[in-house]
Amino acid sequence: MNFDFSDDQKQLRDQARKFLAEKCPPKAVRVVLDGKAPYDKELWKGLAEMGFLGVAIPEEFGGAGAGHLELCVIAEEMGRANAPVPFSSTVYLAAEALLIAGNDAQKKKWLPAIASGEAIGTLALFEGKGNPSPKHVKLTAANGVLNGVKKPVADGAIADFAVVAARTGSSGRDNDISLFLVDLKAGGAQVKSLTNLDPTRGQAEIIFKDAKAEPLGAPGEGWSILTQVLDRAAVLCAFEQVGGADRALEMGRDYALDRIAFGRQIGSFQAVKHMLADMYVSATLARSNSYYGAWALSTNAAELPEAAAAARISATQAFQHCAKNNIQVHGGMGFTWEFDCHMYYRRANAMALGLGSLTYWEDQLIDRMRKKNAA
Amino acid sequence: MNFDDTPQEAVFRETARKWIEANAPKELHGELSKSSLGRIRLANHDIVDVGKAWQKKKFEGNWACLHWPKEYGGRGATPIEKVIWQQEEGVYGKLTQPFQIGEGMCGPTVMAFGSEEAKRRYLPKLASGEEIWCQLFSEPSAGSDVAGLRTRAEKKGDNWVVNGQKIWTSGAHYSDYGLLIARTDPNVPKHKGLTMFFLDMKSPGVEVRPIKQANGMQEFNEVYFTDVVIPDSQRLGAVGEGWSVSLTTLMNERMSIGARLATGVPEMFEFCSNLMLEDGLAIDDPAVRSKLASWAAKSNGLKYTSYRTISALSKGERPGPENSIGKLVSGMMLQDIATYAMDLQGAAGVLTGNDEETVQGQFQQMLLSSPSMRIAGGTDEILRNIIAERVLGLPGDIRVDKDVPYNKIPTKGR
Repeated sequence: MNFDFSDDQKQLRDQARKFLAEKCPPKAVRVVLDGKAPYDKELWKGLAEMGFLGVAIPEEFGGAGAGHLELCVIAEEMGRANAPVPFSSTVYLAAEALLIAGNDAQKKKWLPAIASGEAIGTLALFEGKGNPSPKHVKLTAANGVLNGVKKPVADGAIADFAVVAARTGSSGRDNDISLFLVDLKAGGAQVKSLTNLDPTRGQAEIIFKDAKAEPLGAPGEGWSILTQVLDRAAVLCAFEQVGGADRALEMGRDYALDRIAFGRQIGSFQAVKHMLADMYVSATLARSNSYYGAWALSTNAAELPEAAAAARISATQAFQHCAKNNIQVHGGMGFTWEFDCHMYYRRANAMALGLGSLTYWEDQLIDRMRKKNAA
Repeated sequence: MNFDDTPQEAVFRETARKWIEANAPKELHGELSKSSLGRIRLANHDIVDVGKAWQKKKFEGNWACLHWPKEYGGRGATPIEKVIWQQEEGVYGKLTQPFQIGEGMCGPTVMAFGSEEAKRRYLPKLASGEEIWCQLFSEPSAGSDVAGLRTRAEKKGDNWVVNGQKIWTSGAHYSDYGLLIARTDPNVPKHKGLTMFFLDMKSPGVEVRPIKQANGMQEFNEVYFTDVVIPDSQRLGAVGEGWSVSLTTLMNERMSIGARLATGVPEMFEFCSNLMLEDGLAIDDPAVRSKLASWAAKSNGLKYTSYRTISALSKGERPGPENSIGKLVSGMMLQDIATYAMDLQGAAGVLTGNDEETVQGQFQQMLLSSPSMRIAGGTDEILRNIIAERVLGLPGDIRVDKDVPYNKIPTKGR
């Protein structure tokens, strides 16, 4: 059994960590947090130069053609650094949708642009409240144009193109939904930034008014493609969450070693030690579930749907748990804007919702386990 | 990343599988498969009898105590081979329960500290199941703080005379030998006055009394010592070095990798898949689904954590600290699951008989037994201390009795 990343993949992780420690210190994250820039453009350029944006994109489409295990180790470091860039929208959602469903011309147009950092992409799925479901998709597609409103759209305000879920039928079944590709700079899409929990990753509303769109994948296949995209993104996001959880745990541990109260290090009090031990437990469970997700993702295994749901649940819980208790360990200082704890708290809770909430993924896991047991 | 064996591992697995296929007591397979959550119920057999027969067969086929050196009855196998053996042995592994403490703790301690003569005399018979060993560490007033134990051993000529009481000794009533830690000097701080011995459990003055547990069962014992004589040749390690000897024993306890811990999740999943609530099946209820999914994700997390440990062993590396979370997670989960399963049964959940409504009372039994999972082999609190101190590097607890002579430590609160 070799249920671990290879030495090369671990080396890539170290390389990404070093790069991000240098180019994406908390000071850089704060520029975006404080609203002085919509995202870190310099970092985005750097990530492209390092080959990180296209690591899982095949060479024929301008990527490094490495694979998804390589993307997983980079994702972990992006989470650890709290990177204020549209990495998940562009790489996990838009690029994955193109890889699964795009025709040759679409792949040739967008994938090299993603790998080089020239194009930011996103997925426009949600229309207000609710978890992923075909019944919530009201935006219509007819005669090559889209009409309707999507919100929230992650990184929508800075995106160049979007993969959009649209209603093309009214049978009440999954095949009422089709996917479209929209060039957001070509007119017909009105974009508005929305304030949100985690300002280091923007959210937007996009109003489509006769916006020109081309089909992505076969008509009526939209929901089936989306389900695959969400599963793949769930695994990749889980690695970001694992990276974030680990960092929050480390911050808590370091502070507990440093801070003196009642004449001793607060990390010598069992109440604090046990809180940190529990954080280690959730982070470890999440990491192990995510590794299984990585295996399923990289081998396109039949187990991917179940593995993705379990990784998503475990990683969401771990990041929320570690980020919340990191503030608790820091006490009053953890509740200041100046300390970095709240950046992880914000990111953890925003990420918990982005691909559908915990409840949604819990529901998915049970359905998928039942399907497997029935088979 | 893959789940495949290396070529050598595959050969080993095939050899083990063939041997098990030809030799295992297949007539017990059904009953053993049904025994869940650590409870083995055999209708017509005593677990010790059938266990001894299986252990003897394994010993003769060179499959007992695999990781021990050959000269002491083992196979000289690597850690990963031991894991593969356990996977292949499957449900028959439950038959080894009476020998686990001997193989996992007593044997390794004798191997590390016993004389060559003692090793050749005792280890092969332990490996073959002919002689069963138990571990005599915990006492009524020394559980987590085992170094605070009171059982005294006093030197009289070439012998030691032991007086005191041990508790929570599994298998004492059918054991032939015991590994005993006792206080040999009460005038020095507690960790420094301990010495390790082994003794014949049939020695005069040894009295084994079963304990009736909170769950109504009797699986453990109290062992009383009244002027029990142990020859000095049965001392393991130097006088006063008992604490460091015990660390070897306990380290081996925590090395039991690959042992699948019961979480209650498969039982709960099946229960919820069949239970009719007012509005339909329990598994279609959103609240049930949410809890069940969280438990399933945790249980998967434990499984894949053990896979990470096995992978490290397969590469010949030392496993990381991740394996330390297993019992902490599974113990709490078992208790939570039992409580919730009974909640779903409503008022009938109170019944503990073999009722159909309560699925043979399995969750009621789980509820009553689960507190022990959170205590035995290190309480949840001690396990959290271990993670905090050894994994995260946080400071050790302040120990007010560390430098105080044992006989000056207060023994009563208030």
